[in-house]
Amino acid sequence: MRSLIDIVDLSTAELDALISVALDIIAHPEKYSDSCKGKKLATLFFEPSTRTRLSFEAAMYELGGNVLSVTGGATSSVAKGESVADTAKTVSCYADIIAMRHPKEGAALVAANNASIPVINAGDGGHCHPTQTLADLLTIYREKGRFDNLTVGFCGDLKFGRTVHSLINALSRYNGIRFVLISPEELKLPSYVKNETLKKFHLPYVQTTDLEGAMPSLDILYMTRVQRERFFNEEDYLRLRDTYILTPNKLRKAKEDLCIMHPLPRVNEISVSIDDDPRACYFKQVLNGKYMRMALILKLLKEAQV
Amino acid sequence: MNIDSIQNGIVIDHITAGRGMELYDLLNLGALDVSIAIIKNVSSRKMGKKDIIKIDADIPVDLDVIGYVDPNATINIIRDGVLVEKKSLSLPERLVNVLKCKNPRCISSTEQELDHIFKLTDKEHKLYRCVYCETKAN
Repeated sequence: MRSLIDIVDLSTAELDALISVALDIIAHPEKYSDSCKGKKLATLFFEPSTRTRLSFEAAMYELGGNVLSVTGGATSSVAKGESVADTAKTVSCYADIIAMRHPKEGAALVAANNASIPVINAGDGGHCHPTQTLADLLTIYREKGRFDNLTVGFCGDLKFGRTVHSLINALSRYNGIRFVLISPEELKLPSYVKNETLKKFHLPYVQTTDLEGAMPSLDILYMTRVQRERFFNEEDYLRLRDTYILTPNKLRKAKEDLCIMHPLPRVNEISVSIDDDPRACYFKQVLNGKYMRMALILKLLKEAQV
Repeated sequence: MNIDSIQNGIVIDHITAGRGMELYDLLNLGALDVSIAIIKNVSSRKMGKKDIIKIDADIPVDLDVIGYVDPNATINIIRDGVLVEKKSLSLPERLVNVLKCKNPRCISSTEQELDHIFKLTDKEHKLYRCVYCETKAN
């Protein structure tokens, strides 16, 4: 049974096909309004989420399907100690496809190994969040019209930021990509991402702590939140969370067609005064996420029928 | 020092000196009720020094474990006092229930009866990663 656990599970051709379907959904939504009639998506969210769960549910409704939802471990059998494997087997009896978020890394893989229906990883702790990457890719494509020859800056928490690792991995497939990694020393990109992606594929990158210095070269600026839940130590979190705050002043030297992205939720790392700037694309990302989830649900349900 | 030859069993030879005990523990040989000799720091023309483990019983041993600990070790199968088979090893692609993931955020730390699985991701550097969370094995 085909599932999506990590963005690397999808080939470049599959990514391109998903983007094509998403663009077609945007252009002709009526064509897809009954595509999942009679099908049920189970959203199993054992960790707080607003955007991702609603996005999956909206995606399924817009495809004409239905949604079964579990939010928070406290109200489910997980609170009684049920394993992820048993939960996946049980939900397979009720639904046609699962979207699951779980605080433990690898939980989605365990679910996929035990479910008899496709499983979409909607975030497994700090590990992977492939549908966010799909949203990011569609946003880049719609804003820039291409994936090659772009200078992409990542700013903030590059250590624990799973969306950053996944997007670097996805973009590493395209030509002429250059990365600028902007972070405090403590939150630098892990060496395994550098060694196993950037260096392995000979991708040019620079590391810096200077956001304003890097700004003029960027085609895309991907801001991230320093996530409280990824720290064992509250003191470290408080010390690092305000390192980078994007303000109109810091955008003075940015390109006119810069694309500012953020996986959201935002805390304070992008000033609200930037929201009306035409370069702010983070709410477009939210919408694009729904379209890509629609395309993904269609693909996995179709493959499950074969 | 003399260790008697075995009649039926397994000799794990050419173990890198100092790794014999690690192999003994990972193969869980302490749980077996058979004669086992661990010979440490034996002079070797090829290696300078080496460790050897002799198991005086024809039992299955997990070659993946030995390959992981020391892919240069050799396995000699002895029957009726005669060497009948010599096996060489390589780094296994997967290790199942040999290592435990040390990442407290990994699902393998809480999920009931979940196999602990590591995959070889970098042969050159002998790097294994947990299949669930991708944390590297120590």
